[in-house]
Amino acid sequence: MKAIITILAVAALASVPLWLRDPYLLNALITTGIFVIGAMSLNLLLGFTGQLSLGHIAFFGIGAYVSALTSLGFDIGLPGDIRLVHAPWPPIAGFVLAILVAGLCGYFVGLLSFRVRGAYFVIVTISFAEVVRLVALNWVELTQGPLALTNIPSIALPLPGFGELMLRTKMQNYYLVLVVALTAYLLIARLVHSHFGRAMRGLMENETLAVSVGIDVTRTLTIAAVISAAIAGAAGSLYAHYIRIIDPEVFAFINTVTMVIMVISGGKGSLAGPVVGGLIFGLLPVALRPVMAPEAQWIAYGGVLMAILFVLPRGIVPSLALRFARRRSGKTALAPVALPETGVKEPA
Amino acid sequence: MSEFLQHLINMLVLGGTYALLGIGLTLIFGIMNVVNFTHGVLYTFGAYIMFIVVQQLGLNFFLALPVAVLAGWLLGAAIELTLLRPLRGSDIDTTMLVMIGAWIAMQSGTLWIWGGVAKSVTTPFPEAPLVLGPVSVSWLRLFVLAAAAMLILVTYLLINKTSLGRAMRATFQDHDTASLMGVNVDMIYTSTFAIGSSLAAAAGALLGPVYVIFPQMGDLAAVKAFAIVILGGLGNITGAVIGGFILALAEELGAGYVSSGYRDAMGFLIIIAVLIFKPTGLFARAERVG
Repeated sequence: MKAIITILAVAALASVPLWLRDPYLLNALITTGIFVIGAMSLNLLLGFTGQLSLGHIAFFGIGAYVSALTSLGFDIGLPGDIRLVHAPWPPIAGFVLAILVAGLCGYFVGLLSFRVRGAYFVIVTISFAEVVRLVALNWVELTQGPLALTNIPSIALPLPGFGELMLRTKMQNYYLVLVVALTAYLLIARLVHSHFGRAMRGLMENETLAVSVGIDVTRTLTIAAVISAAIAGAAGSLYAHYIRIIDPEVFAFINTVTMVIMVISGGKGSLAGPVVGGLIFGLLPVALRPVMAPEAQWIAYGGVLMAILFVLPRGIVPSLALRFARRRSGKTALAPVALPETGVKEPA
Repeated sequence: MSEFLQHLINMLVLGGTYALLGIGLTLIFGIMNVVNFTHGVLYTFGAYIMFIVVQQLGLNFFLALPVAVLAGWLLGAAIELTLLRPLRGSDIDTTMLVMIGAWIAMQSGTLWIWGGVAKSVTTPFPEAPLVLGPVSVSWLRLFVLAAAAMLILVTYLLINKTSLGRAMRATFQDHDTASLMGVNVDMIYTSTFAIGSSLAAAAGALLGPVYVIFPQMGDLAAVKAFAIVILGGLGNITGAVIGGFILALAEELGAGYVSSGYRDAMGFLIIIAVLIFKPTGLFARAERVG
């Protein structure tokens, strides 16, 4: 049943560019898709380890800048009269480097910030993102500061024997984002249902108990942070090569908030949650645009967030799944209630 | 040397308002365990009250401060009653996200009503600054420092010398026991949030005329308030005051001797350093309000 829904959903998403010709809507779908990837990576931390990182956009932005600078090249002076010159590399190398560098940053940030929990963790992560934003704003020689990095090349896929395929059109980019999103989804699903995934959930439920049964909490959290940051970096790279211009505003706190809203409204700790929440909140501005002034849209945005937290505090997907499970258990009196997210087989 | 003295003077003025912001947040954070993202909006709100009273209504500059404190108190109480009271007992993430939603909605509301163009307030103080040997300070900034010091003193007395303050301290230590001793914990929560909000509004009303007033001005103020709370330790008012001055000093020296572009980075670097090396805050006594 679950598999059928998944296949139908993927098929529906894959068919969109075939019948949707409106470039504005297609553009909204592509940027939403990129943010959904970011939201999925955030969900790995928030939903499966219980750590709310409000600096997640830092990894997204780092991915975007690394990818852009790799493909544009740079020439900067370092202390001690050393000049660091980098000739442009193909964008696909930028994409790979973005994932690696963002993951490395995730490692260091995780190492430092997992020393504290709760509200303190939240504030450390916000601070990290703000420091990165200020560096991007002030290190003008490298990042061009507020003038932005422009003319970022589109991603070109190397096809052996045929040269390369430049992904310029909206339809090509749509499929690129869809493929990366599916890969990230499958990776996270596989991870969550592994032994490692159970360790993550264990420490989310009860950290003291998890430690007592031999789970290395810091190591588990750090690995989750690295993978989460790497996926966010991939999303950032897609963003840079699709929009083709980035400035320090990519690090704005509101972008993190957007991802958090996508995760919480869809349902944290549910694999499909960030996708559902992401599509709703990514496309909400598109739906509101014809009827409201921009400021009023944001008021509505904040209002919808508060309303969802009051009405469906568990998120849309878990709430619906629970209702569905209850109805089925009502029909077959004593059948065990199927918990959500058990469709994927456990690895041996 | 005179440059350093000038930085110290600026630090005093800035530190006073930072301390106000920090005290307000440390009370809310410490007593209610709510990560209050609306704190910055209240700061903005206070500044706009100043603008309305002085520029739009044409009333006295000195009247505007009490009006801003009262308006902040009312708005804070309204937020607590409508958003936080129904969520009593939810986990800290849920209330934090509701506060984020309120912050987005209220900030956009400010933008909608007053537009994005920065506003300034004319003050009754003379243009020429007060010159003291090698350093100078404007009369407006002196007034800001004096008013902030007075508000800090009032809050200190309120917490330590009144029965409301005693009930707040009891609630901070153990709200169940406080409740058993006849403390109306719901009322304490509402009062705490209202007092904290009125202090944020006061800080905005004081700093608004020094700089300019615009809808996003509260965002940085909020993060700085968090830095101060972390520096001083949760619920520690004296710590918040000292934290406010330390942050102001770090910003002044950072802007003066490193690069003015990194002025605002100081708060964040302090947060990261303190939480890594001394997560209980610099002045951690056993956790208590006072």
